[in-house]
Amino acid sequence: MWEIVIISSIKVLLVVVAILTGCAYATYMERKVLGHMQHRIGPLYAGPYGLLQPVADGLKLIFKEDIVPDNVERTTYALAPLLAFVPSLLTFAVVPFAADVDMFGYRITGVISDLNIGILWVFAVTSLGVYGLVLAGWSSGSKYSMLGAIRSSAQMISYEVAYGLSIIGVILIANTFSLREIVEQQASITDWFVFRQPLGFLLFITCAIAETNRAPFDLPEAESELVAGYHTEYSSMRFSTFFISEYANMIAVSSVATTLFFGGWQGPLLPPILWFCIKVFLFMFLYIWLRATFPRFRYDQLMAFGWKVLFPLALLNTIVTAGLVMLTDWL
Amino acid sequence: MEGTANSMSEYLSVLIFIFVGIGSVLFTFFLSRLIRPHNPYKEKSIPYECAELPIGDSWFKFNNRFYIFALMFVIFDVEVVFLFPWAVAFGELGLFALVEMIIFILILFFGLFYAWRKGALKWV
Repeated sequence: MWEIVIISSIKVLLVVVAILTGCAYATYMERKVLGHMQHRIGPLYAGPYGLLQPVADGLKLIFKEDIVPDNVERTTYALAPLLAFVPSLLTFAVVPFAADVDMFGYRITGVISDLNIGILWVFAVTSLGVYGLVLAGWSSGSKYSMLGAIRSSAQMISYEVAYGLSIIGVILIANTFSLREIVEQQASITDWFVFRQPLGFLLFITCAIAETNRAPFDLPEAESELVAGYHTEYSSMRFSTFFISEYANMIAVSSVATTLFFGGWQGPLLPPILWFCIKVFLFMFLYIWLRATFPRFRYDQLMAFGWKVLFPLALLNTIVTAGLVMLTDWL
Repeated sequence: MEGTANSMSEYLSVLIFIFVGIGSVLFTFFLSRLIRPHNPYKEKSIPYECAELPIGDSWFKFNNRFYIFALMFVIFDVEVVFLFPWAVAFGELGLFALVEMIIFILILFFGLFYAWRKGALKWV
């Protein structure tokens, strides 16, 4: 019993530290990659190649004054960053990041918790994230925050439906909710579910980008019209909690996409954990690439796209996949 | 599926994760509370509205379209939830389940097109 607690505590601590470092360097990567895509250089002065920039940013935010406006709902206002951050972290509880290893006489699994309802867990905690945003905007007592919160909740729930439907194809083929088993079924590159679920993958990644409120679906925080959206009135560490949770969400979605469609940690030669990181890194790059490429949607286009294109396509994908699975069973 | 004892330990790990997640946030809040300056005054603590004094209440009336979309979400998301157990057991259920679910999805389609025709998806 106690060794289980100790082992999983160590794993949890390592993973949390890795995610927080990943988030910090995702901001660096975003600025650097965006810079180069726009013929700029990006952060340069803090450390070699600007590599210490995230550290400088973090330190600066810790030293900033925490300004709480007069007419906020104090309790909700204080709770909202926590409610936004913790769910974005919790996704990683079920994502397998490495193969099992034997160490110090114990068998250590490459996943914090191999729940047999892994996928359901992922979707449950992802949808919890919306509470943080809504409560933040509602309790801030600012019109920009309120508008941003309403927009983001409408957007997130609209894409939630297609998001959930898009992975039903994978479940149909894999016949399991456990993410570890799904990874094990994708041992070689030809088994990757992206080749058996191409439409499912496209739907998933589109909805995922909308769920994480990233460009070109970043309407909740459209700077040009809503200042900063739901976190307009937040400053100091509370702001950075929202900021980190956005990046943690991106990394979480990238790891889930890697796990469901690109074979997770499976790969030749290199150690599994490295393969996992490489694949997640490529997804993060895709995020930034999309941001540099696409202009923002208009709000009515965004809602129409979710309901009139993605949702029917996801339904169709489910029927077609089910039919094909049945057909291959017969043959 | 593993035994109950094993899956209890899996949930224990999740619990540890939740505590560590909350703890990490509270720790950074605490740290910054120790070292940050605290100097509020009246002008600083009015809500941001492009440096003007805010006009009206921030809890304004919003477009009732948002409400309709929320209703749509509740209806369709609940129906999507029904698809999950079907999908995971599909291998054992056979042709009958396929036909039944196709009928179910067609009803979903019908519902969607009904909402579409009624203008529930229009954003004006």
